[in-house]
Amino acid sequence: MLDVSIRGRVGDFETDVVFSGSAGVTALFGQSGSGKTTIVKMIGGLVRPASGRIVLDDRVLFDSTSGIDVPARRRRIGHVFQDSRLFPHLTVRQNLAYGRRFARGNHGPAFDEVVELLGLSPLLARRPRTLSGGEKQRVAIGRALYAAPRALVMDEPLASLDAARKAEILPYLDRLRREAGVPIIYVSHAIGEVTRLAETLVVLSEGRIVAAGPPAEVMSRLDLGPATGRHEAGAILSGRVAGHDDAYALTTVRVDEHEIQVPALDLAPGTRVRFRVRARDVALAKLRPKDISVRNVLEGYVTEIATNGGAYAEIVVAIGRQRLRARITRKSAEELGLARGEPVWALLKSIAVERGMLTAEPGSDEGE
Amino acid sequence: MTALSPAEIEALILSLQVAGTAIAVGLPVALLIGYALARWRFPGREIVNGLVHLPLVLPPVVTGYLLLILLGRRGPVGSFLEENFGLVFAFRWTGAAVAAGVMALPLMVRPIRLAVEAVDTRLEEAAETLGAGRLFVFMTVTLPLALPGILAGAILGFAKALGEFGATITFVSNIPGETRTLALAVYTLTQTPSGDLAALRLTFVAVIVSLIALIASEFVARRLSRRLTG
Repeated sequence: MLDVSIRGRVGDFETDVVFSGSAGVTALFGQSGSGKTTIVKMIGGLVRPASGRIVLDDRVLFDSTSGIDVPARRRRIGHVFQDSRLFPHLTVRQNLAYGRRFARGNHGPAFDEVVELLGLSPLLARRPRTLSGGEKQRVAIGRALYAAPRALVMDEPLASLDAARKAEILPYLDRLRREAGVPIIYVSHAIGEVTRLAETLVVLSEGRIVAAGPPAEVMSRLDLGPATGRHEAGAILSGRVAGHDDAYALTTVRVDEHEIQVPALDLAPGTRVRFRVRARDVALAKLRPKDISVRNVLEGYVTEIATNGGAYAEIVVAIGRQRLRARITRKSAEELGLARGEPVWALLKSIAVERGMLTAEPGSDEGE
Repeated sequence: MTALSPAEIEALILSLQVAGTAIAVGLPVALLIGYALARWRFPGREIVNGLVHLPLVLPPVVTGYLLLILLGRRGPVGSFLEENFGLVFAFRWTGAAVAAGVMALPLMVRPIRLAVEAVDTRLEEAAETLGAGRLFVFMTVTLPLALPGILAGAILGFAKALGEFGATITFVSNIPGETRTLALAVYTLTQTPSGDLAALRLTFVAVIVSLIALIASEFVARRLSRRLTG
C-alpha cells in the first residue's frame, strides 16, 4: 500500500496531489506537462517535494513535518523509465542482477521467474545496444522487478515505442500487474494503456487531481472534458466471455443482462473481461432498428447529456448497471429529442471492439 | 647500431620507473579532480581548474623552480614531509616523479573530466533507484563508462611524464643513476663532444618506447569502446 500526499513545484505550476495505490495498477493519467513524471520522481526520491508525506507499507519515506527524506536508494521503489536506461556496458543478465544484491532479507521473485514472466531468456547474453525498443523496456521492467521492490513506478514505459512494439509489451504488463504482487504506479498519457491496465485511475491536469476512481467510473464522466481523451474517450464495460461462434469468428461477452458480440477472443468461457468502447463508435436510436448490420443493439436510458455549442453532443447511456458513452451530433440529439431519463437504444458495431482495447481480468477462473 | 651501454640502460629504466610512479600516483589524483570538476559545483571550482592547468602554460623551468621552493628540503612543504614522514624529494628520483606527475596532471585531468561529463547521469539515477550507494554507482557505472577517457588520459600523461625535461632538471637536477632520465641523458650527450652517436641511439629508443605506448593505448581504447557499446 502506497499513500502519497505531496505538494511541490512542477515547471510553471504547483502540484498538490493526494492518492493511494494498493496492489495492482494505479494509473496517473494526464496530458504532457500535467506533472505526472515529477510526481513519480517525488515518490521514488529523485525529486524532493516542497512538503507532504509518502508512506509505503507503514514505512514513512518522506515527511516534511518530521524531516524524514529517505534517499532513493533505500526506498525500495523500482523505477521503469521511459528511456529504459539500461547499463550499456553490461549484458542483459548483468543488468537484471544489478539491484538484487541490495535487497537484503527481502524475498523478491526468483531470477527464473522474472525471466519467464517477461520472456527474457533469449536475450540474457546480449547487450542493450543490440536490443529493440520493446526488448529494452522488458529488460528494464525485469531489472526493476528483480531488485525486489515494495512498489513499482513506471513512467510512460511504452511512450517511446511504435504501435507494434506497444502491442508486443502490453501482454507482459498485463501479466506483471497480476503477478508482481506490489503496488504499481503507472504513468501514461495514452488512454488505451491506462484503461487496459489500471484498477484505479487518477486523472491529472496542471499538477492537480481532477478525478480518481475505478476506470469505468472515471471514463463515463462527461465533466472532465478532454482530460480523459478527445478522440479516444469512451466508457469501459466489463463482463464475462459467454461463448464462441467459431463459424463466424465471433465471441459473445455477457455484460450484465446484455450480450455483446465482438471479434473472436482466445479466452475460455467464464473469463472476466473489460473493454473500452469509444464514444464515437456508439450510435443511438429512439426505436429498436431492424434489418441493420450492427450486431449489438442495447436497450438503456439516457442519464446525462453534455454539449458545448459545437458539433457534438456527449451522451451517457445506462445499460443495466453499467454506463456507455456515445458521441453523436448535437443536431441528432435535438432531433431525437434525447433527454435525461429517456429510453434509447445504443448501437455498437462488433468490429469497434479491438483486441488492444480489451483486458482479461485477474481471478478470471473463479465463479462469481 | 651498437647495443646500449649500462648507463643508457639505466637511464631508460629510470625513465620508465619515474613515469610509471608519476602515473600510478597521479592518476587517482587526476580522477578525483576530473570527477569533481565534471560533477560537483563548489566554490573555488575555477581556481582548482586553473591551478591544475597552470603547468601547461607556465615555462617548465618555472614549474620546476616552484616545486624546488615548495618541496625542497628547506621549503615549507618539503621540510614538513621530511620531519614527519621522512620523505625527501629534492635531488631524488621520487622528486623527478613528482615533477613528471605535476606536468602530466593537466593532460590527464582534461580527458577524464570530458569522459565523466559524457556519462549519462540518468544511468546513475537508475542505479540509485535499484538500491546502489554513491560509491557503488561510481565503481560500476561511472568508472567503466568513462574508462576509455581515463585510459586516454593515463597514456597521454605517461607519454608526457616519460619525456619531461624542464621541470625535472630544475627541481631535481641531472644526477646519473638518480634523476638522469632518458630526456636528460640525451641532453647531456648533446652537450658532450663525440656524444652524437650515443644521443642518436637514445633518441631512437625514446621514439620506439613512445610509439609502443601510443599504439598500445589506441588498441586498448578501441577494444574497450567496442566492449562498452557493443
